[in-house]
Amino acid sequence: MAKENLVMEIKDFSFTYAGAEKPSLKKINLPIEENKITAMIGPSGCGKSTLLRAMNRIHDLYPGNKYEGKINLYKADGSKQNILDIKKENDFIKLRQEVGMIFQKPTPFPMSIFDNVAYGLRLSGIKNKTELQGLVEKALKGAAIWDETKDRLNESALGMSGGQQQRLCIARAVALKPRVLLFDEPTSALDPISTGAIEELIAELKEEVSVVIVTHNMQQASRLSDYTAFMYLGDLAEYDKTEKIFLNPTQKLTEDYITGRFG
Amino acid sequence: MNRLLLNKIILILSTLSAVIGIGFLFWILATLSYKGITSIHWSTFTHDLVEGGIRNLLVGQFTMAVLASALAVPVGMMAGIYLREYGHGSKLASIIRNLSDVMMSAPSIVIGVFVFALLVDPFGGYNGYAGIVALSIMMIPIIISTTDNMLALVPKELREAGIALGGSKHKIILQIVVKAAKVGITTGVLLSFARIIGETAPLLFTSANNQFFTMDLTGQFPSLTVSIYNLATYPDEASRELAWAASFILTMIVLCINLIGRYAIRNKK
Repeated sequence: MAKENLVMEIKDFSFTYAGAEKPSLKKINLPIEENKITAMIGPSGCGKSTLLRAMNRIHDLYPGNKYEGKINLYKADGSKQNILDIKKENDFIKLRQEVGMIFQKPTPFPMSIFDNVAYGLRLSGIKNKTELQGLVEKALKGAAIWDETKDRLNESALGMSGGQQQRLCIARAVALKPRVLLFDEPTSALDPISTGAIEELIAELKEEVSVVIVTHNMQQASRLSDYTAFMYLGDLAEYDKTEKIFLNPTQKLTEDYITGRFG
Repeated sequence: MNRLLLNKIILILSTLSAVIGIGFLFWILATLSYKGITSIHWSTFTHDLVEGGIRNLLVGQFTMAVLASALAVPVGMMAGIYLREYGHGSKLASIIRNLSDVMMSAPSIVIGVFVFALLVDPFGGYNGYAGIVALSIMMIPIIISTTDNMLALVPKELREAGIALGGSKHKIILQIVVKAAKVGITTGVLLSFARIIGETAPLLFTSANNQFFTMDLTGQFPSLTVSIYNLATYPDEASRELAWAASFILTMIVLCINLIGRYAIRNKK
């Protein structure tokens, strides 16, 4: 695969949780294509969330975890960085501005809608009020939630519905113009209508960012993604174009999981 | 048949226990209200103890409680934040948590004696500062435990979301996590304030009491609770009436602070 199409590349990556004897992820090799949606599927406990959370090193909030191998991030200027080498707080902050994350449950901060979106921008050093207003508006429009929020920007974000909160969280992440957005089961706490809205939004987002999404929902993976990685017991069992995985998987295991014979 | 009978017996017993408990509470409140209200006059609030009022006592008690809070709230909150956000099951954190829990049930008279040895004896006499320190020692463990518990209720995803937006740990804690736990922590502060404002034992031989109006913390400092203790033992009717009035007013103050604290929680939920 040509390197210029990749935004991230996971190489021989193993991960062991603090205090655990055996690694939760074993020698994973996975490319993340630029401006595409990569889905990670697999039964509970297979390590897909663990892998996702390694990609912006959220694991480092909790001490004692062990990383091995490489996770390369290709920057816009073509340079490459192994994010597992990051040690300084400032570099972590930069990493997370480039690799954003959306969680299973919506996580609005206890502040106004405007401040929620402006939060990351302010952290990145933008202080100018008009500039902030412009960027917040753009982010909210980008997350297709501007019409619902433009008249209540100063109200608390905690008063929004679950689906709106999740789109607000996406707006918050998009505002930082990340290269990659990681979604950890972003719709599993939402109703079908909100889920539809989020899926539509993710599909539109790939124009500007590369997306990695962990999902338990096979239909969601097949509808949404360009590439699919099937993980099983800490191994990457199969990775290919989504049609290939869903229509003609190489491995028996993949087929059994996709057709619902286990998992 | 047996089952139903047993159910009935337990029901009667537990109802009876509740009635006894609440009965005593109302008895206290009724006596207090009756004796207290009949003993309150305008002059109770406008005169100092030396002239048969409690003005200086109220001011003194509040001054000490507020200053004790000013000392205890920052210390307690920072300790609580350390335990929950930075301690991470470390040995030091669990030792501090246990010690703090033990401190919470330490007899208040013991705290009084300790502060006496620390701040009264070496400085040659009772003083307001000693009273403030004694009260804040009572308050700190309560604030630690409230902060610790309230921060525990903040979902870890909220912290992760903040970190994922490029925040540093201390910013996330101060700007998001503490904010999310604000109502609970405020309630805890109010309830612990209500607790210390009614304390006598820690003040008895630290700040002691003063009949006159004063704001000088280096000398004996007027205290409502210590005055109640003193007045109740005096033989004359006027002193005892004043003790009743003071008790009633103190109870009302504590009750109000408690109600405000509880109302704040309910309003948020």
